[in-house]
Amino acid sequence: MSKFLNIFLPAASGTALALGLAFGLAGRDYNKSTIESLEIQLDQANARTSAAQNTSDAQNEVVQALQDRLTTVEANLAAAASQIGSVAEPAPLKADTYQIGRLALSEEIAAWDVDVLPDGRGLPVGSGDVFTGEEVFADQCAACHGDFAEGVDNWPVLAGGFDTLADEDPIKTVGSYWPHLSTVWDYINRSMPFGAAGTLTADETYAIVAYILYSNDMVDDDFVLSQENFADFEMHNKDGFVLDDRAETEYAAWRTEPCMKNCKEEVEVTMRSVFLVETPPEGGSNSVMNSATIDGLPSFSATGPAFIPAATVAPKAPAATKAIVEEVSAEDQEAQLINDGKKVFKKCRACHEVGEGAKNGSGPHLNGIVGRTMGSVDGFKYSKVFAAALDDGLVWDDEALASFLEKPKSYMKGTKMAFSGLKKASDQQAVIEYLRTIGE
Amino acid sequence: MDEMSKTSRRAFLRGSAAVAAGTAAGTVSAQTPDPAITELQDWASYLGAGVDETPYGLPISFESDVIRRNVEWLTASPISSINFTPIHALEGTITPQGCAFERHHSGAIELHKDDYRLMINGLVDRPLVFTYEDLERLPRENHVYFCECAANTGMEWAGAQLNGVQFTHGMIHNMEYTGVPLRTLLKEAGADISLDKWVYVEGADASSNGRSIPMEKALDDVLVAFKANGEALRMEHGYPVRLVVPGWEGNLWVKWLRRIEITDRAVESREETSKYTDVYEDGVARKWTWVMDAKSVITSPSPQMPITHGAGPMVISGLAWSGHGQITRVDVSKDGGITWETARLGKQGDTKALTRFYLDTEWDGAPMLLQARAMDDTGYVQPTKEQLREQRGENAVYHNNCIQTWYVDVEGKAENVEVS
Repeated sequence: MSKFLNIFLPAASGTALALGLAFGLAGRDYNKSTIESLEIQLDQANARTSAAQNTSDAQNEVVQALQDRLTTVEANLAAAASQIGSVAEPAPLKADTYQIGRLALSEEIAAWDVDVLPDGRGLPVGSGDVFTGEEVFADQCAACHGDFAEGVDNWPVLAGGFDTLADEDPIKTVGSYWPHLSTVWDYINRSMPFGAAGTLTADETYAIVAYILYSNDMVDDDFVLSQENFADFEMHNKDGFVLDDRAETEYAAWRTEPCMKNCKEEVEVTMRSVFLVETPPEGGSNSVMNSATIDGLPSFSATGPAFIPAATVAPKAPAATKAIVEEVSAEDQEAQLINDGKKVFKKCRACHEVGEGAKNGSGPHLNGIVGRTMGSVDGFKYSKVFAAALDDGLVWDDEALASFLEKPKSYMKGTKMAFSGLKKASDQQAVIEYLRTIGE
Repeated sequence: MDEMSKTSRRAFLRGSAAVAAGTAAGTVSAQTPDPAITELQDWASYLGAGVDETPYGLPISFESDVIRRNVEWLTASPISSINFTPIHALEGTITPQGCAFERHHSGAIELHKDDYRLMINGLVDRPLVFTYEDLERLPRENHVYFCECAANTGMEWAGAQLNGVQFTHGMIHNMEYTGVPLRTLLKEAGADISLDKWVYVEGADASSNGRSIPMEKALDDVLVAFKANGEALRMEHGYPVRLVVPGWEGNLWVKWLRRIEITDRAVESREETSKYTDVYEDGVARKWTWVMDAKSVITSPSPQMPITHGAGPMVISGLAWSGHGQITRVDVSKDGGITWETARLGKQGDTKALTRFYLDTEWDGAPMLLQARAMDDTGYVQPTKEQLREQRGENAVYHNNCIQTWYVDVEGKAENVEVS
């Protein structure tokens, strides 16, 4: 932007110089011819000035136009840059290193680097047989996976399911699905038992793996697994995996301009949600079977729904709500009341402090107010009506507090308290209950 | 549409306009003064909460239903389970950490920064150990990325299942991460970065979730992240350090990252063989299906966000994302995919991050079959469920990025449905 200004500035200063000369000369006492000559010169200067002014105006317009243009270009550039989304420079990578971090010790690497590769690299020396495995499994694994690795509840099934992978609900077990034995050993060793990971010995892990193979009828009961025969063992589904082929099977076909109009003749709802999901205030969710069917739902065509179903009357609130309210215990009600009172007290706390270290403000502190003698807080300058109440020994009992809170100025005529009162009896009670919880 | 149904539709529209008492027909006139305006309200008179009342702020109580929720029967135990982001109630694109979905294999652990160690070993010149403090001394970057569990929408392979976008599409969050590029750490250790090598990453929790990442991706955009949305990661998202693997399935985003090992082949851990593989109809499984393909969903209206205002102007709002790059376009259909309109992108999203889209439209009060269809900068068009099933069958669990349909009835209620 400044580049354009620099180009046009000399023209503008030239104009100023011409004007200065013209006015300067006109003021001197010369003879007539000189005056005439000067007048002519002045006229010429004025003409030039005017011309220069016109030129300058025109040039200024150009400057302005170019500036506007530049502003637009810059804005477009900024917008484009923000759309690219990667104007931020990447973190620099030094030619050499930062020398951050320290060398890992071999003991440290040994402690953490325990993963096992499909070819058996990473396995420690050890062995385990099926019978030992059965014992360890019963002890450490069966609670979730079942005595026969059949799985309890939703916990994983480890055995069986052979030849089900092409079925509607394939059963993916260690036997039917896992392609590498190394994965079984590695996972049990690092992540199992659930809740006590890393506590199995190498021999125990070998034994458990041997037992899982036995549960899958993949070995006989005299089988012993060790680091020596491990790599030879082939899993049932070792050839059951291919690499991600979406690029060929899907992307190639699905990277096309999509249809926008009349893409289908008719659309029907073929299935409604199996579960309605309730979302209770306390969190979680409840799944409830949806009894609605697809009957009565319109099909759609390019002109819209085939018919408009009648609106159903909104169901009434379930009667159960009332019963639930009645079941709330007395303790819960009390806690609720105190909690409500704490909220209502927000109206009071601009003037009244409570709790540890509460001081007098515009009003006296209210620690221990319930049961306190009126006008009795040291250091607070009460109005006359409270000074009189103190003399009479009046006490802030529940009734007095409620009456005062309802209409302060009528209960204690002459009180300095500007508060207009709590209209609702429930608010008065809540505040009193809250204040009762605050001791001296 | 035949003559009779046309007539009935017009009759309905007349009727609904009358019932809606002006909501559909322009500005409403109030009959009586609104006490919310004419009466002095408590909040306009009494004092509110002081500063420091909540040193770390939480959402106001009125929003207490906007929370993560789980579906108990999906898993054996909440310790090894998942819950769902309340995407129906969120707007814009950034997911607040406090309601971003959680997925643990052995529960969320409390690991103090002072106890944090990150090891790099394997095919490296210098096996190294980094402390948390070390990581903050290395050049770092900020990027917004989505993290989607590969199982998001997985239930829907078998048809319309759970009625709520939180439950069908809520295994996703989108945060701004701060972290050190993985390539910086690899270089620091003098790793063998030839492209046939793998980077195996492992967590510090009891599950010690481990995944193998091909070197090309590791050198590209993977981050070793220690902040999200400007603050420390939450415990449930891997505090103090997690891996961020942009555009790839969430299981690779190892939490409580403790070890990076350079290997000459994939480890083929439990999570990359027995899980996170897709069995197609013929019983053959696809492995290493890392990228999350382009996907979108309408978040409002949706089953948890019915239309409550009756016919008239409305905003259809939703999210779109692609693990391949940027979302370039989202189309919305109100008739189950017969007719499409191009939606407005709220703001051009970052690459591999959520993009918000809007269709500013008019509801005539008639039923709708709402769908959204995303396109990314590779030209990929989000497929229908039918297209996906033709390719993969119904036995897959992961990577369901199909077009989702909501049936909106005349009352504005929305339901998860499947259409022909």
